[in-house]
Amino acid sequence: MPSPDPFSDPFTGEESGRSIIELRGISRNFGSQEVLRKVSLDVRAGETVCLIGESGCGKSVTMKIMASLMQPSAGEVLWNNVPINDRSDEELVRDRLRFGYLFQGAALFDSLSVFENIAFGLRQNTKMSDSFLEEIVAERLKDVGMSPASARKMPSELSGGMRKRVGLARTLALMPDIILYDEPTTGLDPIMIDVINTLILKTRNRRPVTSVIVTHEMSTVRKVADRVIMFYPLSRLEPGQSQVVFEGTPEEAFSSDDPQVSQFVYGEAGERMQELALL
Amino acid sequence: MSSVPAQRKPSIVHTFGQLVIEFVQAVGDLAIFASSMLRWLCRGLPRSTVVVESMYEVGVRSIPVVMITGMFIGMVLAVQGYQQFHLMRMETRMGAVINMALVAELGPVLAATMLAGRVGSAMAAELGTMRVTEQIDALRALGANPIQYLVVPRFLSCFLLIPLLTAMADAIGVAGGWMFSTQVLGVDSTYYWHYSTEYVAAWDVFAGILKSMFFGAAIALIACHRGFNCGSGAEGVGQAATSSFVLSFIVILIVDFFLGMFLNEIYWTLWPGPSSFV
Repeated sequence: MPSPDPFSDPFTGEESGRSIIELRGISRNFGSQEVLRKVSLDVRAGETVCLIGESGCGKSVTMKIMASLMQPSAGEVLWNNVPINDRSDEELVRDRLRFGYLFQGAALFDSLSVFENIAFGLRQNTKMSDSFLEEIVAERLKDVGMSPASARKMPSELSGGMRKRVGLARTLALMPDIILYDEPTTGLDPIMIDVINTLILKTRNRRPVTSVIVTHEMSTVRKVADRVIMFYPLSRLEPGQSQVVFEGTPEEAFSSDDPQVSQFVYGEAGERMQELALL
Repeated sequence: MSSVPAQRKPSIVHTFGQLVIEFVQAVGDLAIFASSMLRWLCRGLPRSTVVVESMYEVGVRSIPVVMITGMFIGMVLAVQGYQQFHLMRMETRMGAVINMALVAELGPVLAATMLAGRVGSAMAAELGTMRVTEQIDALRALGANPIQYLVVPRFLSCFLLIPLLTAMADAIGVAGGWMFSTQVLGVDSTYYWHYSTEYVAAWDVFAGILKSMFFGAAIALIACHRGFNCGSGAEGVGQAATSSFVLSFIVILIVDFFLGMFLNEIYWTLWPGPSSFV
């Protein structure tokens, strides 16, 4: 029996709060290297969750597993309380289109123009006419503060900030219900960081979307997050200790007494300097 | 309490066993990749523009290099063979040897080698870069299947266009060998063609073209598989491109050997009888 469309309901105010993505006991290894160990967390409809933690602690891997772009070595992923393994290939592809994914380096297709990049998902999944596509692309470019003329450019002609914005426009073109941002502000100047943060807020305010953001940028956490989940590298944990060391509001993260949390959110090296000196 | 034994250095048997396991894993992985490609090929083609673009890259842009290779190999065969045939006063038989070697072996193998070097390495590097920069993940996130969008067009281009490239290499090689033998070395043109047509049969041309299709399929699958499984960074992309060419070349020679034996068996089954060169 085909499973019901789990994303058929729009994420309205009444619907918000229910678990939309759930990870149960997720582990992930790359060869002999263990990156995630029995991680369990959930993302609720309509909220904006920031995943923070040191580089290499498994945040991006977690997000790829959430979107089913990577398979976990163990554990279960549920979308709207239905395990993704219960879906057929076609259902998985259909449901994955409810997710928009902004990749770390924007992952624009080098051989395609900005227009073709933004229109890619629509061309692939709909039968829209070229004139309608042009309208949508121009609208999405406007949403991210770019002129319609930039549609003719190639990705190699764009700056880092522009690439991220085109990546966001491509993500928004399919009108996703859940948007996953992988380090959307990394490598950008402070002004562009604020531009991206504002775009994330604008996107959320325009219609009710659920957002998950992997970031090292605490200004992003302060500005957009409803909830913060902090990961810790496995190499620094005792066996059996949970990899998720904090879960709460941004205010709670900034006022936390836990040195693992406070050192990260205030960017203090602490005992790390002594550790480095011993190397 | 028993103490934990110290880890011993792996012996030759351990190392050999590890190599066998890795080899079996690699072959199995390639087989799964190939079956996935065939499944997506049966489900339908991606947009025609994607296929045409790939065919232009694989076919049209390979023509110059294949033509130059074919021409020179034909002439080189004439240069190398002339002295031996001249000693036996059998220069007029050179056409048979040059043309047989070209259409049955050298044309298909050299066209495939050129394709593996020019196209296969580029494919592995391009797909490897796409993997490293998460473009392959982006395809999936946007509802496209990477195998269908990236591998199927490349496979079709190599599989369908390599016979044409081989035919071109054969033709230009035959012309080069004839031109050098008759115009420079002074071999009689009439007898050159007489012995050529006597010993080179349509089956030999067909067998060479048929083999090339297997070479094309192997090149595309190996190159795409290497690209999809490339390591991180520029080093990973470089290794993918290099290993794609090396592996393709080895596979071309192995497939050539077994297909040669197989096609010979078919030939002798269909047309049994004695054969003599002189």
